[in-house]
Amino acid sequence: MVVAFAIIRMKDLFAVVMLLGIYGLLSASFFVAMDAVDVAFTEAAVGAGISTLLMLVVIAITGRKEKANRHKPLPALLIVLITGGLLVYGTLDMPHFGAADAPIHNHVAPRYIDDSMAEVGVPNIVTSVLASYRAFDTFGEVVVIFTAGIGVLTLLSVARRKEDDEEATAINDSMHEQHLVIRIVAKILIPFILLFALYVQFHGDFGPGGGFQAGVIFAAAIILYTMLFGLNTARKVINQTFIQLIAAIGVLLYGSVGIVSLMNGGNFFDYNVLASDPIAGQHLGILLIEWGVGCTVASIMIVIFFNFAGRRELYQHNQVPQNQEPS
Amino acid sequence: MLIDLFNHWIVITLMMCGLYMVIAHGNLIKKLVGLAVFQTSVFIFYISMAKVDGGTAPILADGIVHYSNPLPHVLILTAIVVGIATTALGLSLVVRIKEAYGSIEEEEIQQQDIQHQKNNAHTKVKLEEEA
Repeated sequence: MVVAFAIIRMKDLFAVVMLLGIYGLLSASFFVAMDAVDVAFTEAAVGAGISTLLMLVVIAITGRKEKANRHKPLPALLIVLITGGLLVYGTLDMPHFGAADAPIHNHVAPRYIDDSMAEVGVPNIVTSVLASYRAFDTFGEVVVIFTAGIGVLTLLSVARRKEDDEEATAINDSMHEQHLVIRIVAKILIPFILLFALYVQFHGDFGPGGGFQAGVIFAAAIILYTMLFGLNTARKVINQTFIQLIAAIGVLLYGSVGIVSLMNGGNFFDYNVLASDPIAGQHLGILLIEWGVGCTVASIMIVIFFNFAGRRELYQHNQVPQNQEPS
Repeated sequence: MLIDLFNHWIVITLMMCGLYMVIAHGNLIKKLVGLAVFQTSVFIFYISMAKVDGGTAPILADGIVHYSNPLPHVLILTAIVVGIATTALGLSLVVRIKEAYGSIEEEEIQQQDIQHQKNNAHTKVKLEEEA
C-alpha cells in the first residue's frame, strides 16, 4: 500500500515502473500467504518480471519524465473519495476474512474439493478446475491472449532490414565488455529457468503449476536472454515466424481437444471419452490442453517483447518518420 | 467484528489509488500503471475472499481437511496473464501515439487535435470561397 502511494507521488517514470515491479512481487508473496500458490507463481513471473520489462522498453521509447501539471486533481480526489466511501459502506455486509461459512465457499467449491479426485484424478484442484471443469472458460482466455498478441503485432510489427544486422553486432560486442558478470550469470541461469518452466508445465497436475505459469516463466527466460544479448542474437536463436506459428498451434491444439471429444460422443471438452478409462481420458485431455496453453502464452509473450524491442531499435536508428501533425 | 473486514478496506484503498492515477494524471504510461494497480487490487480481493481460516493450498493430500477455495485461484490465475496481454496492447497503442503526436501527455495531444481541426475548417472555408 505504501508502494502504491509512492507510485502516485513519483514523477520519474523509471522509478514508478520499478515500484510497480516491487508491488507485483509483494502481491505475489501475499498470494502465497493466502494459500494461492498457483496464482503467486504467475504473479511473480508476470507482475515482477514481464510487465516491468515491457514498461521499461516503452519508457525507453517515450521518455522518462512526466509533466508536472495534473489536470483537475481536486475533483478527481473527490470522486475517488466518494467511490471509496461507498465501497467501504458496501463491505459492512461482506463476510468476514477467513470465515468458512462465507457464501462463496458454499456454492460449487465443496463439489470441486470433495469430488475432483474421483472425477478428474488430479491432486491439484486448481488444475482440475482450470483445465477440466472450466475448460471452456480457459479456452476463451487463451483466445483473448492470442488476440492481444495479434493486436500488438499489427500495431508494432516492423519489417526487418538486413543492413542493420552488422551494426547491431558491433553494438553487441561492445556490450560484451560492459555486462560481463551479468551475462555469465545469466548464461548459467537461463537453462535452469527453462528447465524449471518445463517442470512447472508437467508437474502442474500434482503440485502448483500448469500451462499459464510455465508459459510466463519460459517467456521470462527468453526475454532475459534478449535483454542481455541483444535482439538480433535472440532472433537468430528463435525465429519470430516460428514462434508466431507455435502460438497459433497452441490455440489450435486446445480447440481440437474439444472437437475430438465432441466427435467421440461427449460434450465439448468432455475428456472422459478420450480414452477407454475416464480418468486416463481426463489426464490426457488436461495434459494436451495445458500444452496448448503453455505454447500460446509463452510464444505470445515472446512475440510481444520482440516487437516492443524491435520498435525501440528502430528509434535508436531514427528510422521512424516523426510527423508532428497527425494527417 | 469490524476489524475482520480489513482485507476489503486494503483492497479499496489500493483500488482508489489506481483510480486516482487514471483520472488525475495526464501521462498515458502513468495511466496504464494506475490501471495495473487497480487490476492487482481486484486480484487481491478475489484471493483474500478464497482464504479459509486453518485451510491450506488446494492441493489434495492425506490428512488435510480444510482447503482454501480453488475457484477464485483459477479465475485470477488466468486473469493475470490476460491482464499482461491487454496491458501490452495498451502500451503498444501508447508507442503509436508517441510516434504520431510526439508526446504522451493527454493535454498536449488534445491541443494538437484542436489545432488540427481548426486548420481543417480553415482550409475548407477557403476551398468553398474559391469555388
